[in-house]
Amino acid sequence: MAAMSERPAPLPEHRAPVFLARGLTKTYHMGTTEVHALRGVDLGIHAGEFVVLLGPSGSGKSTLLNILGGLDTPTAGEVRFLEHELSKADEAELTRYRREHVGFVFQFYNLIPSLTARENVALVTDIAERPMAPEEALEWVGLGERLDHFPSQLSGGEQQRVAIARAVVKRPDVLLCDEPTGALDYETGKLVLEVIARINADLGTTAMVITHNAAIAGMADRVLRLGNGRIVGETRPERKLTPAEISW
Amino acid sequence: MKAIDRKLLRDLWSLKTQVVSIALVIVCGIGGFIASFSTHDSLVWSREHYYDTARFPHIFATAKRAPLALVEKIRAIPGVSEVETRVVRDAQLSLEGVVPPMIARLIGVDFARPPGMSRLTLKSGRWPVPGMAGEAVVNQRFLEARRLKLGVRAQVLINGKLERLTIVGTALSPEYIYATRGGGMPDDEWFGVLWVDAKALAAGFNMEGAFNSVLLRLAHGASTGAAVDALDRLLEPYGGFGAVGREDQVSHKIVSQEINQQRVFGLVLPSIFLLVAAFILNVVLHRQVNAQRGEIAALKALGYEDRAIAWHYLKLASVIVLIGAAIGIGLGWRLGRAMTGLYTDFFHFPQFYFRLLPWVVLAGCGAALAAAFGGALAAIRNIVRLRAAEALRPPAPAEFRPLLVERLGYARIFTPGQRMILRNLERTPVRAALTIAGIAGSVAILLSGTFWVDAVEYFIDVQFNQVQRANVFVGFAEPVAHTARNDLAHLPGVARAETWRAIPVRLVAGHRHYRTALTGLADDANLQRIIDRDLRGSKPVPGGVLLTTRLANRLGVVPGDTLVAEMLEGKRIKAEVRVAGTVRELAGMNAYMRLEDLNLLAREGPVVSVAGLRVDRGEEPRLLERLKEVPAAAVVIVTRTLLETFRATSAKNILFFTAILTGFAATIAIGVVYNNARIQLAERAWELASLRVLGFTRGEVSVLLLGELALEIAAAIPLGCVAGYWLSWFIISLMQHGEVMEFPLMILPDTYLYAAAVVVAAGIVSALIVRNRIDNLDLVAVLKTRE
Repeated sequence: MAAMSERPAPLPEHRAPVFLARGLTKTYHMGTTEVHALRGVDLGIHAGEFVVLLGPSGSGKSTLLNILGGLDTPTAGEVRFLEHELSKADEAELTRYRREHVGFVFQFYNLIPSLTARENVALVTDIAERPMAPEEALEWVGLGERLDHFPSQLSGGEQQRVAIARAVVKRPDVLLCDEPTGALDYETGKLVLEVIARINADLGTTAMVITHNAAIAGMADRVLRLGNGRIVGETRPERKLTPAEISW
Repeated sequence: MKAIDRKLLRDLWSLKTQVVSIALVIVCGIGGFIASFSTHDSLVWSREHYYDTARFPHIFATAKRAPLALVEKIRAIPGVSEVETRVVRDAQLSLEGVVPPMIARLIGVDFARPPGMSRLTLKSGRWPVPGMAGEAVVNQRFLEARRLKLGVRAQVLINGKLERLTIVGTALSPEYIYATRGGGMPDDEWFGVLWVDAKALAAGFNMEGAFNSVLLRLAHGASTGAAVDALDRLLEPYGGFGAVGREDQVSHKIVSQEINQQRVFGLVLPSIFLLVAAFILNVVLHRQVNAQRGEIAALKALGYEDRAIAWHYLKLASVIVLIGAAIGIGLGWRLGRAMTGLYTDFFHFPQFYFRLLPWVVLAGCGAALAAAFGGALAAIRNIVRLRAAEALRPPAPAEFRPLLVERLGYARIFTPGQRMILRNLERTPVRAALTIAGIAGSVAILLSGTFWVDAVEYFIDVQFNQVQRANVFVGFAEPVAHTARNDLAHLPGVARAETWRAIPVRLVAGHRHYRTALTGLADDANLQRIIDRDLRGSKPVPGGVLLTTRLANRLGVVPGDTLVAEMLEGKRIKAEVRVAGTVRELAGMNAYMRLEDLNLLAREGPVVSVAGLRVDRGEEPRLLERLKEVPAAAVVIVTRTLLETFRATSAKNILFFTAILTGFAATIAIGVVYNNARIQLAERAWELASLRVLGFTRGEVSVLLLGELALEIAAAIPLGCVAGYWLSWFIISLMQHGEVMEFPLMILPDTYLYAAAVVVAAGIVSALIVRNRIDNLDLVAVLKTRE
């Protein structure tokens, strides 16, 4: 594993890291028990990288992603995104950071049920600085024909693609996806992964994807394995596979 | 339109039944508030406007006979700007076609020159021809009460001589908005005010070159008290009866009391309603926003600022409030106009004035908006405070624990379903308490609006069955020998006759004084009794005077104190009397003595001035016919018509008001219960659908949800009854400033039942609607997503 990581990287390694984390720790209090979600994580992510986070439930993947995405703050340690010191930011700064730089995709889509596909995407274009048109983003994810459908009228895969369109429409610097295929069947899951890969490749958006599914790791530039709140392994696939090439 | 605003509109649409029910609560709160405040304000304004244009005097005084030369001295009293003198006399009146005798107040007017004060407004017919005796205008209310037509002939007894008069018109006077001869209640049927030619009246009563009534207007800022005292000193040698300011002028006093009563209903009840509506709105919006936790989290993750999210939900609250306010203002305005119109007719104000002051609208809407914002913000603050990551997760499973009864070892008395209901209640005590408080609040306002029927009926029972037990009262023009009792007892149909003495009197204690009648009752009096509000009977005490508690308070005296009784008829004796006791009567400002004591005090023999007769039903017409032939009988009053008058005036106003408020209270109750059911469904839909997936039937699942609501309603009803009792007590105690009567706090079991039934009915209707939604829960959706 160590040998693999020393292999010269084919891609964005020469660029400056967008994310830099040192000694990230996160402790939750659940009633009377303390949960150590992260126990000192060091990390650097480079612009345009496609990073997959693998690990069992409770390994700290979501916590790490949430902190990188400005949804949460660490209990100890430092994390910065370019010039933004996320670990010291207050809620207002984190909100601005999310608004300007981050696109999220969640396992359960988190669409607003009372808004159509187009309107869910417009929710972001209304507050972003130089977004694409909502229609363009939906076209991108292959939903150009279903603009005016409500979430309840869309399949799970379609809903997830709306969520991706909503995430990328603002041309974010990073796309953070938490189990984007977790609630989807095989075919639909692959369709969603294709979209994510295309965004990473065509728009140069840094992408981080959490998954249980080791097969997806083949698509990544780099794979980080988490266990018990720490990074326990890092691999770089020899050849970056396309979603069509992977199967599980 | 921004996407987030579209969300607002769609949310409003999908919540439409709840939006409507919350808006209705606001409609009732704001509508009642605006209707009542505008009515009260318009009435005060109308009265002031009427007083201004009709030049209502500031001071009123009567004397036996004062020379016109005194006018210059009166004019010289500091602060007096205008003086008007006239002749006013009461006389026996009979009308063609009307059997019992009545009393006319004859007021001399020079119809060629309109009076400078207490100007008349002609309502129908014409003015009498100036200088022509034999024509009169009468007060509008008398004509209406007697259902007379213009042109009717009247006869009045002037100095022992019958004079004929023709009624040629009706008029309104600011002095006789309420016409009464001194009693607390208007007696429009028995007491008519007739304005007649001044010269003829003066000649008839030998009052040429003299006056017995004087009206004063004061310069702005002048002291009423000082002018009253000065006028009293001037009139003293001429048999002055004591001058009074506006606050003691009988008509003004009753009008003010009616308006004041209206204020209590109009200001206090709607304010309480608005508060309850505001509270409910607060609770409902709090829970509504809580139910959208997931969507708020998603907005946060997308980069929406806390402020923007808060503003989004405040807009939701504002739209609901604005819908409610728009309808509420419209409804309040219409109702206010209608009520002001009714009162204007009732008071016979010559002109209709209605206004809705901007501050009333602003206060009503502001209170509703503040309550809505408070509720929404409290909920938003809790969610926004969460880190976005935390808000995205469903709330951690709440910590449940066995119920207290289970911990005590009685676990087996409940089924698992019942335990779920009870644990849920126990786990969220604040939420359960708020729900219960909301429902209890609506029970309380229902009670406080409805119990008036009981109070009024109780009042009527006490006053007309316990206190005044005669069906016919006879007033004598002059005191007669007490043997009149035997003569009356032998009249046809009379089962029992009693007589007593009533002397008009001014009671003085230090600088306080009050005009009333001193009543001397026989020891065996049974047709006119002294009954306190708890139905305990009292008797006058030997050697002293027994006062209605309100009168004692007004005079600032307690038992043992001494006061001066200045008698205003007969020998006009001034005598000191000891206050022997007080009695908490529901009506009147009465002073009682034993008949013998009073006769002794007045230095008269055994005389009486009033008789009460108990008459067999059906014999009444024959008796009235016979009474017409009894020359001493100046006035005959049938209590049945007094009761009718009371029902048509005070009682009608109170009940009209409370009917409207009860409607509002019922609407609020339905709004509360329905919203609670809907929110509970929204909060627990996922859990209930999961149970359905596990194989629970629709019925079983419904019981879980509605069981909680049923328990909350069951807990709220007794609490609401207690709260309603105290709320009613509070409202009643605010009304006790009224002089003439006080209402007892009387709530019958039926009224409690009615309030409970309205809330239970609201619960059943809500349950049916919610049950329908439970039946249509989307089970598949539940399996797919977690929230």
